[in-house]
Amino acid sequence: MTALTALRILPCGDAALTVEFGADVDPAVNARVLGLDAALGSAAVAGVLETIPTYRSLFVQYDPVTTGFAELAERLRELAGTSRPAAASGRVWSVPVVYGGEFGIDLDAVARSHDMDTAELARRHAVAEYRIYMIGFTPGFAYLGGLDPAIATPRRAEPRAHTPEGAIMIGGVQACVQCLAAPSGWHVLGRTPMRNFDPGRDPVFLMAAGDGVRFRAVPARDWAALERDAARGAPVAELAAS
Amino acid sequence: MSVIAVEQAGPATSVQDAGRFGALRYGLSSAGAMDRLSLTAANALVGQPADAATVEIGPLSTRFAVRGGPVRIALVGAARDIACGDRRVALARTLRLEPGDTLALRPARGGVYTYLAVEGGISGTPVYGSLSVHARAGLGSPIARPLVAGDEIPVGSAADTPGERRLDLPPAERGPIRIVLGPQDDYFSADQIATFLDSEWRVAPASDRMGYRLDGPRVAAARGHNIVSDGIANGQIQIPGSGQPLVLLADRGTTGGYPKIACIVSADLGRFAQTPPGAKLRFAAVDVDAARALAVAWRATLDGVAARVERDAGSGPSSESLLAANLAGSAVNAFDRDTWSH
Repeated sequence: MTALTALRILPCGDAALTVEFGADVDPAVNARVLGLDAALGSAAVAGVLETIPTYRSLFVQYDPVTTGFAELAERLRELAGTSRPAAASGRVWSVPVVYGGEFGIDLDAVARSHDMDTAELARRHAVAEYRIYMIGFTPGFAYLGGLDPAIATPRRAEPRAHTPEGAIMIGGVQACVQCLAAPSGWHVLGRTPMRNFDPGRDPVFLMAAGDGVRFRAVPARDWAALERDAARGAPVAELAAS
Repeated sequence: MSVIAVEQAGPATSVQDAGRFGALRYGLSSAGAMDRLSLTAANALVGQPADAATVEIGPLSTRFAVRGGPVRIALVGAARDIACGDRRVALARTLRLEPGDTLALRPARGGVYTYLAVEGGISGTPVYGSLSVHARAGLGSPIARPLVAGDEIPVGSAADTPGERRLDLPPAERGPIRIVLGPQDDYFSADQIATFLDSEWRVAPASDRMGYRLDGPRVAAARGHNIVSDGIANGQIQIPGSGQPLVLLADRGTTGGYPKIACIVSADLGRFAQTPPGAKLRFAAVDVDAARALAVAWRATLDGVAARVERDAGSGPSSESLLAANLAGSAVNAFDRDTWSH
């Protein structure tokens, strides 16, 4: 467990703060973030409005009329001292992915950069057990830990102005499930028809920080049918208990 | 049910209320009105809740037409010439419009956004409790994107109560935009922070609801421009590798990987957002305790707006009272260029 003395609580203006458990991407640090997030969720602390668990810190939005920085920071220190690092959420998503070709335009180049054939690279990406460290940047964009270090790949020198909805990408030691189309410097290995964010569906969001993720390779001929199901509001990704 | 039809709209006009809360953890920022005081005041005039949906009208020429039934509206925010047919329309007053009437707004002067509130409100289907358009997320109702000519907004019909209402806004805050340093101010040397605090900044043309870029001296980060991505508050000022500050606003990404030198206090977010491209501004640092005191006073200001609404004695037909209303209309403009010079 990271020493509590390493904990830093810093202001983000007058209505938010961040509780930092460390400066690095580290599963143990992230587990402490999620542990405090869960503890804060059940403690019902006056003035706390919402939170963003991130890799190494918990962002807390609060009402400055109800509580102040020093008062809230003290309460969060207590909770951080007593909360346990979060175990996995117990939810694991099995996410269908079409690898390569028009769905994963960087798969060949990434495989070549590791002297692997494309099937091997896709296999190594799919078999790893991932965990969602955080959701951020754009709605439903899930940052994953757990990428096989043998296929970690530095980001592209020139970011692309457009990567598609559902892009399955890697960048450095990170992996992701992207939901909305966005610019990115990450490598596109494949694409999922799953829509983590769909404002017309209940629930609007599927994945949460702390959930597990596995990838399931599906053939390109299945894309159209899966995409139709997703458009009708089906989750497409299967949810299993870990 | 009445309809407000869009006949002309610039690129930055959309339905906005007080914002969407509860989905930050899923990567969805709040959206919502860029200028909360003007939103609150416009709604108060037409008897709507402070956080109700309005049309946030961007700085360019915009024209609406009323169809179906009469509507009662109020406009608050950036000063601009506004006409209904031959009649000049003042800010911060209610006005009843009949089917067939048009409302033509000229470009904003010295501000950015003007808010159009409607008696009976805008009809739509909320997501996470809000109708606010979040363009990048494809969210918002009744139209999930910025408005364009041809769009029709279903709104409440004007009540049959006689007489119009007016509102004198509290005096505009002047002086520098107050900020709280952090959370990554330790990425910057004392000299770099001094550069940030002591310089005059101009809002760059490449600015929108996601964020405003600032032109001025380069602010380098002594410890580099990459951090492990963390959460971003509304008004947070990040310094990317270019050294050009970017102030992240209502439609921002929820997390980011550049160091954040400071964050604008809630009370000053609206007047910052009303700073047009090219206008100058400065920052002043306050500590968290002073920032909280500002937040408490700001809440009281917002809560006190509805009590400032009064009968508009100048709503009769006399040209004298119309002139008085127009003069008062310019006096209540909180966002003229003078607000931003020191």
